[in-house]
Amino acid sequence: MTEQPTIAPSFLFGRFTLEAIPYHEPILVATFIAVAIGGIAVLGAISYFRLWGYLWKEWFTSVDHKRIGIMYMVLGIIMLLRGFADAIMMRLQQALAFGGSEGYLPAHHYDQVFTAHGVIMIFFVAMPLVTGLMNYVVPLQIGARDVSFPFLNNFSFWMTVSGAILVMTSLFIGEFAQTGWLAYPPLSGIAYSPNVGVDYYIWALQIAGVGTTLSGINLICTIVKMRCPGMTMMKMPVFTWTSLCTNVLIVATFPILTATLALLTADRYLGTNFFTNDLGGNPMMYVNLIWIWGHPEVYILILPAFGIFSEVTSAFSGKRLFGYTSMVYATVVITILSYLVWLHHFFTMGSGASVNSFFGITTMIISIPTGAKMFNWLFTMYRGRIRFELPMMYTIAFMLTFVIGGMTGVLLAVPPADFVLHNSLFLIAHFHNVIIGGVVFGLFAGIAFWWPKAFGFRLDPFWGKMSFWFWVVGFYVAFMPLYVLGLMGVTRRLRVFDDPSLHIWFIIAAFGAFLIALGIASFLIQIAVSIKNRDKLRDTTGDPWDARTLEWATSSPPPDYNFAFTPVVHDLDAWWDMKHRGAARPLTGFRPIHMPRNSGTGPILAAISFVLGFALIWYIWWLAALAFVALLGTAIAHTFNYNRDFDIPADVIARTEEARTKLLAAQVNA
Amino acid sequence: MSLRRLHLIALLPLAAALSGCNFVVLAPTGDVAAQQRDLLVISTLLMLLIIIPVMALTAFFAWKYRASNTTARYEPEWSHSTQMELVIWSAPLLIIICLGALTWMGTHLLDPWRPLDRISADQPVPADVKPLDVQVVALDWKWLFIYPEQGIATVNDLAAPVDRPIRFHITASSVMNAFYVPTLAGMIYAMPAMRTELNAVANSPVDSRGFSSNYSGAGFSGMSFRFRALDDAAFAAWVDEARTSESQLTRANYLELERPSQNVPVQRFAAIDPTLFDAILNLCVEPGKMCMSDMMAIDAKGGQDMASVTNTLPLTYDKHSRRGTVLGGQANYVVGICTPEDLSTALTLSAAKPARGGDLAPVQGAGLPLPALNAPSFTPIRLPSSAALPGPRRPSNS
Repeated sequence: MTEQPTIAPSFLFGRFTLEAIPYHEPILVATFIAVAIGGIAVLGAISYFRLWGYLWKEWFTSVDHKRIGIMYMVLGIIMLLRGFADAIMMRLQQALAFGGSEGYLPAHHYDQVFTAHGVIMIFFVAMPLVTGLMNYVVPLQIGARDVSFPFLNNFSFWMTVSGAILVMTSLFIGEFAQTGWLAYPPLSGIAYSPNVGVDYYIWALQIAGVGTTLSGINLICTIVKMRCPGMTMMKMPVFTWTSLCTNVLIVATFPILTATLALLTADRYLGTNFFTNDLGGNPMMYVNLIWIWGHPEVYILILPAFGIFSEVTSAFSGKRLFGYTSMVYATVVITILSYLVWLHHFFTMGSGASVNSFFGITTMIISIPTGAKMFNWLFTMYRGRIRFELPMMYTIAFMLTFVIGGMTGVLLAVPPADFVLHNSLFLIAHFHNVIIGGVVFGLFAGIAFWWPKAFGFRLDPFWGKMSFWFWVVGFYVAFMPLYVLGLMGVTRRLRVFDDPSLHIWFIIAAFGAFLIALGIASFLIQIAVSIKNRDKLRDTTGDPWDARTLEWATSSPPPDYNFAFTPVVHDLDAWWDMKHRGAARPLTGFRPIHMPRNSGTGPILAAISFVLGFALIWYIWWLAALAFVALLGTAIAHTFNYNRDFDIPADVIARTEEARTKLLAAQVNA
Repeated sequence: MSLRRLHLIALLPLAAALSGCNFVVLAPTGDVAAQQRDLLVISTLLMLLIIIPVMALTAFFAWKYRASNTTARYEPEWSHSTQMELVIWSAPLLIIICLGALTWMGTHLLDPWRPLDRISADQPVPADVKPLDVQVVALDWKWLFIYPEQGIATVNDLAAPVDRPIRFHITASSVMNAFYVPTLAGMIYAMPAMRTELNAVANSPVDSRGFSSNYSGAGFSGMSFRFRALDDAAFAAWVDEARTSESQLTRANYLELERPSQNVPVQRFAAIDPTLFDAILNLCVEPGKMCMSDMMAIDAKGGQDMASVTNTLPLTYDKHSRRGTVLGGQANYVVGICTPEDLSTALTLSAAKPARGGDLAPVQGAGLPLPALNAPSFTPIRLPSSAALPGPRRPSNS
C-alpha cells in the first residue's frame, strides 16, 4: 500500500489491471465461489421458472409504494447478511489475535472489513429497512393510494441498489476503503489512500445518497399533501409523525454529506486542497461537516423505530397511546436538537472547554424528550391489556435495553468522561446498544407487526421467538464485554492484542456474535416456515392484531389502489374509532381509480449510474463520459413518455371488493 | 473524600466479579484521569436515579398488565394526565440540570489546555515547579517524544517524574492519531499541522502502556508505547541512559524516522534539534519547504500576489507516496523564500519564545490577540532567483 510504484492509467481500462482481482486471497476466493454458486442458482431458478418477465413487469418496474417497500426490505436483509459476515470476521480476528498471534486477517483485509461493516450496516441495511417500512406503511396510514411521486420512488430505490452493488463489487474487484466508516482525511486523501478503496466508498455513497434524498422529498410531500380528509397534523399516527421528522432530517442533512464527499472527491481527483494537511487544507473541517450529517443520521434511523414502538405498544396494550401530544412534540424537539450536538463526536479534538461543554449539554438535553417518550410508552402499558406477541416482546426488550444505551450515551456526552472513553470499546458498545437495542429491535418489531398486512398471513411465532431470544441474549453477550473492555482502556479498530487478561472478554463477545448469527438464521427460517405454512397462518380480516390505525382498515395484502374509497378520519387512531362506531364498509358506487403506470426508467438509470460510478473509480474516462451522456439521454427521453397513467375500471374494483366482502362474511360465520 | 468512598461502594460488586482484570479507566494513577473517573462515576449514579425506576416499572407494568391478568384495571381510553406529563418531563429535566452543571464545571476544570493547579486533591502545584514539557509527534506508526528541557528524544518510550506536572504538546506528521495513556489522563487527537495540548501529572510510580486511540492506517495496532512514572532519581537515570545513545535527532534523521514502519522498538536520541518540533508542526522539515507559519505571516501582511502562485516546486516525497491526482496533475509544495539560515534563525527565535502557540488560549475573542498575529513577523524579501532553488521550477500556468 505504501511506496507503490506509480502506474499510469491506461486509456482502455483506466487503472484496472488483473492484479486488482484478489485471486491471491483465499478468503475472498472462497467467498466469491460461494457467491457465484448462489448467484447462478438464483438466476438459474428465475430462468427455469420463467420469472424474469414477471419480476421485471410486476416488481422491478413497479411504482406501487407497497412493492417498492418490500423490495427495500429485501435489499436490507440481503445486505444484513454481508454486514454481519464482516462483524463475525472482526469478532473472530479479535478473539484469535492474542499471545503473539496475528490472527487470520492481515491489516489490509481487516481494515477493509471494519470499514465495510460500518458503511454497509448504516447505509445499506438500516437505511433501506427504515425507508422500506416508511414506504410501505405511511401511505396506508394516511389513507393515500400511493406516494406523491411514484416514479421517483422507484428511481430512488434503484439508486440505493446501485450503491449497494458498487460496495459489493469492491469485494471482488479492487478493494474497499481502509479508513473507518466515515473516511476521515488526511487518511482518506489521495496521499495516504492512493488506491480505489476510498473511491468505491465515495461513489457508492453518492449514488445511494441520490436515492435517499429523493425518497425523503417524496415522503415529505406525501405526508404533507396526501393525507385523507379529516386527518389534521395532530391526528396523524405517531409512525407517520416520526417518518415526517426523519424525512425532514434526510432532506436537510444528506446534501451536507453529498457536498462533503464532493469536496473530498475534488481533493482526490482534481488536486484541490480542502482537507489536505498543507496548502491551506483543513481536515478538521471534514470531521465537522461529516458529523453535521452524521449525528442527524442516527436520529434518521431511530425516530421511525420510536414510531414503530409507539404503534406497537398502543396496539398490543389495547389502549390509546399515552400523551400523544407530548410524543409529537418530543419527536419534533429531537429533530431540531439533533442538529446542535455534532461536536460531541470529537470532544478530543481539542476545542476549548466552552465549546465542548456547550455541545455536551445540548446532547444531554436530547435525553429529556427521549426520556419523556420512554415514560409515554410506559404509561401506555399502564392499565392496558398487554398481549405478548412478537412485536410487543421486541418493544419490552427495547425499553429495557435502550435505557442502558441512553445512559452510556449521556455519559459520553460529559466531555471529561469522554476523554477516557472516546474511541474505546465502551463507545462501540454504546452505539451498538442504541442501534441494536433501538433501531434493529424496532425494525424486527415493525416487520413482525406489518408482515400480515403486506402478505396476508402472520409470521410463524415459534421461530420468531427463537430469533427474538437469540438476538436479545446474543446482544447482551456480545456487547456487555465491550463495555468492560472499554473500562479497561481498550480502544477500537485494533487488530492484535498483547494483554492476555483481555482475551476472555473477546471470546465471550465472539460467542455473543455467534448467538446473534443464530438469531439471524432463525429470522430467515421464520420467513421460510411462514411461507410454507401460509395457509395455516392466513389472516382474512385485514386486522389480525385488533390494531388502531388506517392501514388495518383495508385488506391484507391491500389492493393496488389501497382504499376503494378515500377514508374520512374523525379521530386519532382512525381505524379503532371506525371499528367502535361501527362504520360500515361501502359496498357499492365504485368509480374508476386513476393510477400511475410502471416504468423501466428507474432501473435503467440506476444501472447506468453504476457504470458511471465504476468508471470514475477506475479512471476509465471514456466509459464515464459515455455513461454520463447515456444518463442524461435516458432522463430526457423519459420526459417524452406521456403514457404514464391508467384507470382501474370500476368493475374490477367492484369484483376485488366483493371478494373481500365474501372473505369477511366467511370470517363472521366461522 | 466521601466521593471516593461512594464510587468504591458502587464498584464493589463489579470489582469482586472481575478481580484479575485491570480496570485502568476506573483505577488510574494520575490525578487528571482520577478526576475524569470521578465525573464518570458521579454521572452514572445520577442517571441511575432515573434509569433504575424506569427499568423496574417496565418490568412491573409488563407483568401486571399482561392480558391474562383480568383482575388488573383496564382503561382503554385513558391517555392523558397533566400531572403525569409534568412529572415525565420534569424528572429527566432535573437530572439533566444537575448533570449539565457538573459538565460545565468539570469540562472547564479538566480542560486539557488548562495548566494544572494541583498535583492531587490535597496538594497544590508548588510555585517554583515548572511543568515538564514533552513534545509528542505521532508518526506512521510510532510515537516520537522530544524532551526540550533535557535535550533528548525517544521513540515509543515515555517517562516522567512523579508529582511534576507534565505538559504535552501534541502533533502528527501525516494522518490523525490520538495520544492516550489511560492511567495518566484522557486522550487528545494528534493532528498534522496542528498542535494540541494535554496537561497531566503522574502521582505514583507506574509502568503502564499508552497508544494511539484513533485509527491511522495499516500499522495502527502496533502503535503503542511504554509509559513509566519514575521518582526523580530514576527519571534522571532514564534521561542519562538516553544521553548515552549514539544517535541524534537531526532533521535528516527525523525524515528517515518519519517513513512508515510498524511495531517499532524503542529508540533513544542523545541530542535533538531544538527547532524540530516547530518545523514538524509547520510542515517544513524537508529542506526548501516554506513553513506554514511563514505562509500565514506573509498572508497576514497582504500576501505576495502572483509571486506566490509561481513559488512552487514539484513534491517528490510526502511520507507515503504522493503522486498528485489524476486530473489535477502533479503535487507540489510552496518553496521557502528565505535561505535555510534565515529560517533556522527565525525558528530558533520563535522556539525560544514559548508564547508562540503556547498562548493559543482556549479563550479567544474580541480584544484578545489573534494567534496568527503571534507568529514571527518577518518582512517578505524578494524572491530568490530560480538558480538558487533546488530542482526545476514549474511554469506558472501548470
